[in-house]
Amino acid sequence: MIWRRWRALNAVGVMGINRRNADYIMALNPRRHYPIVDNKLLTKELAILQGVPVPELYGSIATPHEIRGLPAIIADRQDFVLKPAHGSQGDGILVIVHRRKGRYRTSGGRMLDWDELEHHLTNALSGQFSLGGLPDEVMVEYRVRFDPVFDDISYQGVPDLRIIVYRGYPLMCMVRLPTRQSDGKANLHQGAVGAGIGIATGLTLPAVGPGNIVVDEHPDTGAEISGRVIPYWDQILLMASRCYELTRLGYLGVDIVLDAERGPLLLELNARPGLNVQIANQDGLRRRIDVVDPLAAQERLPEERVALARELAEAGYKAIRAA
Amino acid sequence: MRRRHLLTLAFVLTAVGAGLFWYKWQVLGFPLTAERETGTWTVEARIAFNRASTGPVKVIMRLPDSPPGFMIFDEQFISRGYGLTLSDEPGPRSATWAVRRVRGDQALYYRATLFHSEETPPQRATPPFPPPPDLEEPYATALEELVTRVRQQSADIATFAAAAMRVVDVSDDTVRLFLGNRPDPLARAQLALQVLHSARIPAHIIQALRLAEDRQGEELEYWIVVHNGNRWIYFDPRDGSRGLPANLLVWSWDSEPVLQLEGARRPSLTFSMRHTIEDALRVAELRTERQHPRLMEFSILDLPLSAQSMYAILLLVPLGAFLVIVLRNVVGISTFGTFMPVLVAMAFRETRLLNGMILFTLIVALGLSIRFYLERLRLLLVPRLAAVLTVVVMLMVLVSIFSHRLGIETGLSVALFPMVIMAMTIERMSIVWEERGPGEAMKEGVGTLIASAVIYILMITPQVQYFVLVFPEMLLVVLAAMLLLGRYTGYRLTELVRFRELAGGGK
Repeated sequence: MIWRRWRALNAVGVMGINRRNADYIMALNPRRHYPIVDNKLLTKELAILQGVPVPELYGSIATPHEIRGLPAIIADRQDFVLKPAHGSQGDGILVIVHRRKGRYRTSGGRMLDWDELEHHLTNALSGQFSLGGLPDEVMVEYRVRFDPVFDDISYQGVPDLRIIVYRGYPLMCMVRLPTRQSDGKANLHQGAVGAGIGIATGLTLPAVGPGNIVVDEHPDTGAEISGRVIPYWDQILLMASRCYELTRLGYLGVDIVLDAERGPLLLELNARPGLNVQIANQDGLRRRIDVVDPLAAQERLPEERVALARELAEAGYKAIRAA
Repeated sequence: MRRRHLLTLAFVLTAVGAGLFWYKWQVLGFPLTAERETGTWTVEARIAFNRASTGPVKVIMRLPDSPPGFMIFDEQFISRGYGLTLSDEPGPRSATWAVRRVRGDQALYYRATLFHSEETPPQRATPPFPPPPDLEEPYATALEELVTRVRQQSADIATFAAAAMRVVDVSDDTVRLFLGNRPDPLARAQLALQVLHSARIPAHIIQALRLAEDRQGEELEYWIVVHNGNRWIYFDPRDGSRGLPANLLVWSWDSEPVLQLEGARRPSLTFSMRHTIEDALRVAELRTERQHPRLMEFSILDLPLSAQSMYAILLLVPLGAFLVIVLRNVVGISTFGTFMPVLVAMAFRETRLLNGMILFTLIVALGLSIRFYLERLRLLLVPRLAAVLTVVVMLMVLVSIFSHRLGIETGLSVALFPMVIMAMTIERMSIVWEERGPGEAMKEGVGTLIASAVIYILMITPQVQYFVLVFPEMLLVVLAAMLLLGRYTGYRLTELVRFRELAGGGK
């Protein structure tokens, strides 16, 4: 029984954690490049240099002393996002949607006073949310007003796109939709649902909810998830592909959000992207990687890589001859 | 390339570890299990004599000296009031008892503990050819006749010697000329020796003790050893049978009296023996100490007992770590921290499994609720951790006091529970709880407990403890397995469940 399941997964080319770590992350992601993705301030700087759009940075707070400078950073803006520069898996992110008379309303609907906000910031600065508990910086940035395309299939929060970029080729993509259960977070193991997106088409596939069960309707809104057209699809794939030049990481997770006015924005990068994207797409990553690998030896421009990736996707990832 | 490197390294480690293990097991006789026992002999020589009037007595006794087929690993001399000296000079090993003033019946004891050993003792030098005995008539002619008869019945040295023993038969007239009507064993052996010497065969008489279960009042037997040019061959002079029986202990390498007394009369020397069962490990250790003193100097078993018992635990840590690898990378259980389960398992050693799990759960649950309370006070990270630690210590004290009041002993040992580990567990669990939800925190908590329990069960298995302590080189094999698992890229068992929806497409 175990063996049969094993062989079946292998046949689809499903990638397990051990293989991801040993054969891809260790082989393709040199540790010295990690700071680029682990430090979101650095990611932002480099992304701007590469021409990858990011949410605008209002300012950053590096020491507890600078917390008092927050109002000056916000100036007269109504909403903003506080994000630890070294946070992982969305930990410690505070989205303020509105403020009035010294009270701050979070995206979850909670009202925070200045004390609570200050406490959150000191915790973040002392490293509570950072990898390894090291002292951290907090970024104050633009709050994304997400594109209405996901309005009826997400419950609060920001739905984001996760694209797996292998050696510069966007290979697999999903959109993570927050639910009531995930408390507005786009995190699959907190209850968000994920839906795969066809690389060639930019259309959403049926979603996978908690417990890895295929759901075709959003659990909170009841709207159908599959068959949606993702806007700016070309641009999104190109952005993701460019992140390879940005980081030189061969196995990369790119998180992108869609802003109603500014279009796709790079949210963050991940050097150890999770494997749930396979469940959302009902397909194995290794199967796709094995097709791309022989083609990836040749250096190509991001535009060429995107074109090739779409071509491969259209062919259903059957091995094709490089043009 | 890298893969071959790894495989070679793992192979070399395994080969070295398993080779050492095999050598200790097969050659040095280290037992595989703690219960194995080996047979040893305790031989006791009782020297009794009498001195009519008060005065000095001196007793010299020959002692067995690396007897073939045996290893002596303990000797005791029981002699109240006597001074004892052991001869250091070359020549036969002996003990000398001496006393200034003694009177009446006396008894001295010598006790040796031996075990069978396959190891060959140091070879005794090849002797020169003996001169033919110089005898008067009619003995010279009679001996000549015996030698002629023996020669006819033999082909080589060994058969000649056997025939020489057989020819010494009291019913024969020629033999009776030498021995008279009632020959004692020594005289018979000496006649056979004379026959051998006439043929210029190097041979001499030895004295040996036949070991048998629970015997008392035994005496030494005379045996003849014959050198055939390469080695010594043993013969029983009574029937000419060849070879050294396994239960024959060579006591003295010549026919000189084993016991010599000065100033005493009516000496007697009797032997009693007992077959005892000893711990095979102790025997193997002693055997190694005798045979390869250097090897034992580098053994854990040579360390002081306190250090040994520490290593008995320490050596289990790599095994625990190996289990963590298997549980995390092959099974796919998620735990707090990488080696936290090993540490928790070691803490369980103090409390036993069930109590330990209850206490662990209790303290973590209490600590967690306090941690959540402290969260509301908005403390900084480090002071909050310190506060949790303090609360954990106080909780332990409380648990100990309460369980003592209730008469439960295990509560007290919780004090040895590594509290820093507890505090870290609580802090970590609370962060996971907040960030990933209670489900994930519970999952990791339960995973940690399961992993700890599995490791604990492995650690307390006496067989495992014994094995790593006696064969620490097997850790090299564990290391090799760890290195190989470091390149394990297969699925984790939990992933088979996680990706089950994807398994359908492959058919």
